[in-house]
Amino acid sequence: MALRPDLAIIAGAVPAATRVLDVGCGDGDLIAALRDKGVDARGLEIDAANVTAAIARGQSVVQGDANRDLADYPDDAFDYAILSQTLQTTERPDRVIAELLRIAPRAFVSFPNFAHWRVRLALLWNGRMPVTRLLPVAWYETPNIHHVTVADFRDLVRARGIGVEAAWYLSGDKPTSAAAATWRAEHAIFLISRG
Amino acid sequence: MTIDRPLPLDSGQALPSVTIAYQSYGTLNADRSNAVLVCHALTGDQYVASDHPATGKPGWWARMVGPGKPVDTDRYFVLCANVLGSCMGTSGPATPDAATGAPLGMAFPVITIADMVRAQAMLLDHLGIARLHAVIGGSMGGMQTLGWAAAYPERLASAVVIASAARHSAQNIAFHEVGRQAIMADPDWQDGQYYGSDRAPTKGLSVARMAAHITYLSEAGLTEKFGRRLQARDAKSFGFDADFQVESYLRHQGLAFTDRFDANAYLYITRAMDYFDLAEPHDGRLAGAFAKARDVRFTLVSFDTDWLYPTSESRRVVQALQSVGAAASFVELSAPFGHDSFLLDVPALDRLVAGALRNGG
Repeated sequence: MALRPDLAIIAGAVPAATRVLDVGCGDGDLIAALRDKGVDARGLEIDAANVTAAIARGQSVVQGDANRDLADYPDDAFDYAILSQTLQTTERPDRVIAELLRIAPRAFVSFPNFAHWRVRLALLWNGRMPVTRLLPVAWYETPNIHHVTVADFRDLVRARGIGVEAAWYLSGDKPTSAAAATWRAEHAIFLISRG
Repeated sequence: MTIDRPLPLDSGQALPSVTIAYQSYGTLNADRSNAVLVCHALTGDQYVASDHPATGKPGWWARMVGPGKPVDTDRYFVLCANVLGSCMGTSGPATPDAATGAPLGMAFPVITIADMVRAQAMLLDHLGIARLHAVIGGSMGGMQTLGWAAAYPERLASAVVIASAARHSAQNIAFHEVGRQAIMADPDWQDGQYYGSDRAPTKGLSVARMAAHITYLSEAGLTEKFGRRLQARDAKSFGFDADFQVESYLRHQGLAFTDRFDANAYLYITRAMDYFDLAEPHDGRLAGAFAKARDVRFTLVSFDTDWLYPTSESRRVVQALQSVGAAASFVELSAPFGHDSFLLDVPALDRLVAGALRNGG
């Protein structure tokens, strides 16, 4: 099965022979890809069915909540932490990012860009919370409680003194430029590090 | 198998020699790397996947262990040994004193989970198995599995701990004490020297089993199975017969248990469980127990209806493992059967166990 485009980018960017924690790992697709290239990848996942599926694949995954259970990992337990498509669902994204950069010196964070032009247009024309391919659930039942834009994220890391080592922007599964990312990127992936 | 080497015990005493009854399934491969040790629970035995000789019932985990099963005997050499202190052939209180030939009874030394593990390690030494592919167990079997990881981390690649805990809680100890007091209050117990007399503390043991059995089930499970339904009658008897189905069920469970289990063995094994606290030798820091186990792959499973060894106890173990950097998996499964879920039909558990025994990937 083809890996989701943002996961494929992360899988490609993680060096072999590193230790990685995939936070919100689902049923372990990224972990499987990382293991294939010799990465010691483990996972944290909230959904029991997903955790069961990942463990059944022979992976090391702990059922837990990114809002709380990252605290159980010691400082520098990993080389990289990964948080893909999960940031916008956390109770305090800033604290989760701080935790990621406590347990690992570097972290990949990916999220849907709420300032993509389709989202902007939908808000502008309809005056309603947009329902899009990456944000498919109505406002009252969406798990995405902290919508975030590329510009918001850049502001946050700057304010917190967090370094950005690399960034990838996707429109569909095609890359798009950093300059136009704030409105053209459907999806952003940042490799951040302790400032 | 009798091993003529002394077995040192946590109490400071030692057994001059130890007999260990075990069953094996499957074939040990040429490089002796496919052995899986299954550890049984309090009242379990070595007949994990074969019929019980006394009751004729199928093995207690036949649904999990066998050809093509999650613990696949076509791939693994599966061992299950009756624990130290038990009554299915391994040394315990019914074992004869070497000098007098009379059963030891209460002269058998008090043993611990670590002692059980030490005896299993001796058995493996004897069988020429240096390292296990996995150790797996539920309930007290999970305690032994954790004990293995703490005592012999270099001797196992993988540990699978189901519906278990790294210590006995006050509530766990309390329930066991009720059981022990029921046995010891039975006049037929005779200070443990009932062997050879025509009386045995079956009433006490039966009550102990009844009390314990309640702790293995969930309230919802009991309600669904029995509710307030009456047993083979249309109205309450206004007496103390087993009016309710649940009473009749428990009485049957208690009585049937006495056919296959020794009361003194029940005392000794419950004591061993009560003494179990992996953190104790490490100033209360559970992580200390796993300091050398960071290369062991752990899989822990709890059940949402298990109030005997609740999810919080498994989480505590997972936290300790994470703090030492061990590869740990954990999931709380949803199952209606309470603590006994680990023995029953929970398909997700089968998939988990199969995955946990696989080598990564």
